[in-house]
Amino acid sequence: MTTSTAAAVRTGRAAARATGLNKVYGEGETRVVALDNVSVTFPQGEFTAIMGPSGSGKSTLMHCMAGLDTISSGSTTIGDTELVGLRDKQLTQLRRDHIGFIFQAFNLLPTLTALENITLPMDIAGRKADKAWLDRVVDTVGLSGRLSHRPSQLSGGQQQRVACARALAGKPDIIFADEPTGNLDSRSGAEILSFLRNSVRELGQTVVMVTHDPVAASYADRVVFLADGRIVDELHTPTADTVLDRMRRFDAKGRTS
Amino acid sequence: MYRTALRNVLAHKGRLLMTALAVMLGTAFVAGTMVYSDTFGKALRDSNSKSYSDIAVQVVDRAAGSGASARQKSEAGSATLTDATVQQLAALPGAAGARGVVSGFTGVADRKGDLIGQFWAAKGANFAPGQDGKDPRYPMVEGQGPKNAKEIALDRRTADKAGYKVGDTVRVAANGPVVEAKLTGVFTTDDPVVNTGGTLTLFDKATAQQTLLEPGRYSSVVLTAKPGTSEDALLAQAQPKVPSGNQFDVETGAKLQADEQADISQSTGSMRTMLLVFAFIALFVGVFIIANTFTMLVAQRTKELALMRAIGASRKQVTRSVLVEALLIGAVSAVAGLLAGVGIGAGMQSLVGALNENMPSSALVVKPLTVLVTVAVGVLVTVLSALLPALRAARIAPVAAMSSGDQPASQKSLVVRNTIGSVFTAGGLALIGYGASTGNDSGRLPVGAGAFLALIGVFVLLPLLSRPVVALIGPLLRGLGGTPGKLAQQNAVRNPRRTAATAAALTIGLTLVSGLTVIGASVNDTIDRAVTSSMKADYIVSAANHMSLSEQVPAQIAKAPGVAASSPLIAAYWDLNGTTKSITGLNPDTFDQLAEVKLTSGSGAALGKGQLLVDQDVAKKFGVTTGSTMTVKYPDESTGQLTVGGVYETGGMLGPVLVAGGEVAKHEPKPYIADVLVKGKDGATAALKQSLKDATGANPVIEVKSKQEVRDGFSQVITFALNVMYGLLGMAVLIAILGVVNTLAMSVFERKREIGMLRAIGLDRRGIKRMVRLESVVISLFGAGIGLLLGCFIAWAVNGTLKSSLAGLTTVLPYGQLAVFLALAGVVGLVAAIWPARRAARLDILSSIKTD
Repeated sequence: MTTSTAAAVRTGRAAARATGLNKVYGEGETRVVALDNVSVTFPQGEFTAIMGPSGSGKSTLMHCMAGLDTISSGSTTIGDTELVGLRDKQLTQLRRDHIGFIFQAFNLLPTLTALENITLPMDIAGRKADKAWLDRVVDTVGLSGRLSHRPSQLSGGQQQRVACARALAGKPDIIFADEPTGNLDSRSGAEILSFLRNSVRELGQTVVMVTHDPVAASYADRVVFLADGRIVDELHTPTADTVLDRMRRFDAKGRTS
Repeated sequence: MYRTALRNVLAHKGRLLMTALAVMLGTAFVAGTMVYSDTFGKALRDSNSKSYSDIAVQVVDRAAGSGASARQKSEAGSATLTDATVQQLAALPGAAGARGVVSGFTGVADRKGDLIGQFWAAKGANFAPGQDGKDPRYPMVEGQGPKNAKEIALDRRTADKAGYKVGDTVRVAANGPVVEAKLTGVFTTDDPVVNTGGTLTLFDKATAQQTLLEPGRYSSVVLTAKPGTSEDALLAQAQPKVPSGNQFDVETGAKLQADEQADISQSTGSMRTMLLVFAFIALFVGVFIIANTFTMLVAQRTKELALMRAIGASRKQVTRSVLVEALLIGAVSAVAGLLAGVGIGAGMQSLVGALNENMPSSALVVKPLTVLVTVAVGVLVTVLSALLPALRAARIAPVAAMSSGDQPASQKSLVVRNTIGSVFTAGGLALIGYGASTGNDSGRLPVGAGAFLALIGVFVLLPLLSRPVVALIGPLLRGLGGTPGKLAQQNAVRNPRRTAATAAALTIGLTLVSGLTVIGASVNDTIDRAVTSSMKADYIVSAANHMSLSEQVPAQIAKAPGVAASSPLIAAYWDLNGTTKSITGLNPDTFDQLAEVKLTSGSGAALGKGQLLVDQDVAKKFGVTTGSTMTVKYPDESTGQLTVGGVYETGGMLGPVLVAGGEVAKHEPKPYIADVLVKGKDGATAALKQSLKDATGANPVIEVKSKQEVRDGFSQVITFALNVMYGLLGMAVLIAILGVVNTLAMSVFERKREIGMLRAIGLDRRGIKRMVRLESVVISLFGAGIGLLLGCFIAWAVNGTLKSSLAGLTTVLPYGQLAVFLALAGVVGLVAAIWPARRAARLDILSSIKTD
């Protein structure tokens, strides 16, 4: 598994790619450019973090590339599928079958058990879950004993692990995580992050994570920095310190300008 | 605090819309009822105000004419109103004139030979010309009044309706054979019969007496007073001149007028009461929706209210702010309801006018009382419904402002709730059972009280019931809706209280609808069996006016071609062993061919020997068996002894006591012939029907009905009554639908994030729609199903109390109809979900999943 993943990274096949992406809100006086000619590639088998100050457009980039938001111009693909021009129904199916989501608020259905929440995307698609894969995912997130619990009976960290398992269960081409540790204490947060990293290294998944936390970003293979809707820098094999240093420069620039 | 209340109302306009609509519809029903009944009452009073204007004193012989019942005739004395009476009364010092009036049933045939109008509003009277040949009561607009037995006059509307012109030959029938007469005149009149859409035929005096009464006899005498003589003075003068006998009523015109106005007020009053009952059912349904809305609003605003408490608002102030909101909504909706109600009143008037063109109409009457009641009811219902949620709002702890997330519903009070509900339900069901077991009308009070208790109990228990009942339809949902179906099922039981309150509104409607339907079906079935079981006749001939057939009819029918056997059914009242009983006289020779009664002892041949046949109830009540003798007091005051020749199970339409027709005729010169039963040589054929019609002179008043037609006649009456009630309950059901819409819209709003997440992870718009729709269907089916069961049970109990009035009544469940109701409830769910489902499907994913 690890070798094949490494091969994918080497060949540089893109799990998702944006080219000349623009996103503009409003018109005239109220016109705001959220993304300004962004081009970025997320290769298969890589854990990428997107960082940037508030309002830099990092969440917007993720939403646009995940097919949750429309773009003003440019192109964005998931695997070989161009998102521009897809109808709502096709986008929905794409999300269902090829993308996994992890949100800041745990976003589980309170009426379903942990296991039912995990298999929800496949149930919606009417597909049977791959039993061996599912067991492996559940094992990795460490939820084996709690599958029949409802979200209200689980802690915040456990709920987020259910959300992670849900994102992984369908073997998506790419997982988008939006501040997955934002609502968690540092210990639970660390668990989730190592789990995401393991899912890339051991399970061969592709993860893109939006965060503003340098420690969280340090779990990634690569950090992409956004400012004012543009990609301004990127960092490979980051550590919390190098990320923090880079971020401080944004602050300094923000203060001086 | 008041400003925040107002701001809240304005801020939540959309969410309060359904509540406001519910209150508006309920109050509109109340206002519409009051406006319509006031208007209709005024119209009736106006149109009848002139009918007694030319009468100072009226003397009426209640025993006169075929309109009098067999009983009235049997009990009346022998005195009558004659020309002599009229002359005596005319000679009174205060009388300006006296007019002998002959009146009675007279049907007019249209060109096809069918009766024009309704039998109960078909009247005949005498034309009484003065010196100038004109009758001031009936001014001729064309032609002149009738002068002999071959002439008649008709009121203008009847003549126009049938297209009769002066000079045409018209067929009319009173209680005897058809008369063909020449139409000599068409008149206008303010006679109340004509005013309310009836027909009036005028004969010359002798013919009127001959056809409607008997020669020389009047049904009433009308006196006019000389100037200066009061009606009361004339009344005092007239009283001694009236022949003695309790069949005579002497009244002043003023009194008659007052009586009639009182009659009108009473009948419009009872119509109003009935409509108001349905209006209050609608409002009661509304209570659930209002309470539900405010509960949800308070829950959604927990943080906001807690913040108010944290910054220093007292509990009282919080409660008050919620109640002020309710007051505002109630007041606005009630005013809107009032306006809509005036519209409903106007609409009802034109609708009734369109159905019966002769109904009088009047300008709309909107009394101050109507305004007051409507607004007060609207405000009170809204505020009282919001009371519990308002008190609950006050209990929100200030600290709730700081905590995040949704508050889990506390489960502890459900225990108390379930206990109370169980006690109520059990008590109610026990009372209903007890009431039903009495088997007569003394059981009505316990059944009524029990039904009310059980209904309340079931409402209280609905949250508890929701889980198992919804789980029951779960597999079906999953089969139909896949994952959205499963989610819908779980959403439906997520907040049992809310689901219950929403479903309760439908439960009320369905309890009433299914209860009425089952009672209707049971009564229908019982009558059906009564008609079919006791009779082998192919055709039943009777008078459309439910009066006696004329004496020659049985003979005419017996001779008609195609008739194998026939027998008159003669109705009489005899005193048996000191108790008045209804007696049926029939032809003993054809008894076996026409009637079908199960004899438990004796034989039908006993009838031929002049003996009695009695049913089991009578036998038990009088303690008689075959061979016993009974003392009979006949209508002609003579007495005798009759032997019981047999006992039968039940006679259905034949009645409880049978005797040979000849026995009745011995003691009554003009027996009351209710029907003639006919058995055809070839069964019930169209040819036989025609032959019977021809034999009886193609009389518009004589009806020839097959057994099936008799049954249809009964079931039409029941169906009509049911349809009226379904229509009136429609408003309550409409409000219940609003309740479902309301709950769904609120739920969609509250579950915005979940829906956004579902969309993000791949549930398409159709799936979201299906989820909301199925939740709606589940709630609707739940409410309807419980209502259906409760309705059937209550109907069974009510039938128990009706047993004494309708022998042989058993509860029949019309499964087909009940299934249709359940299916309709499902459709209601789908319709109610249209708007919420669309809203849910259109939610923007990104803004939905955003965390604050």
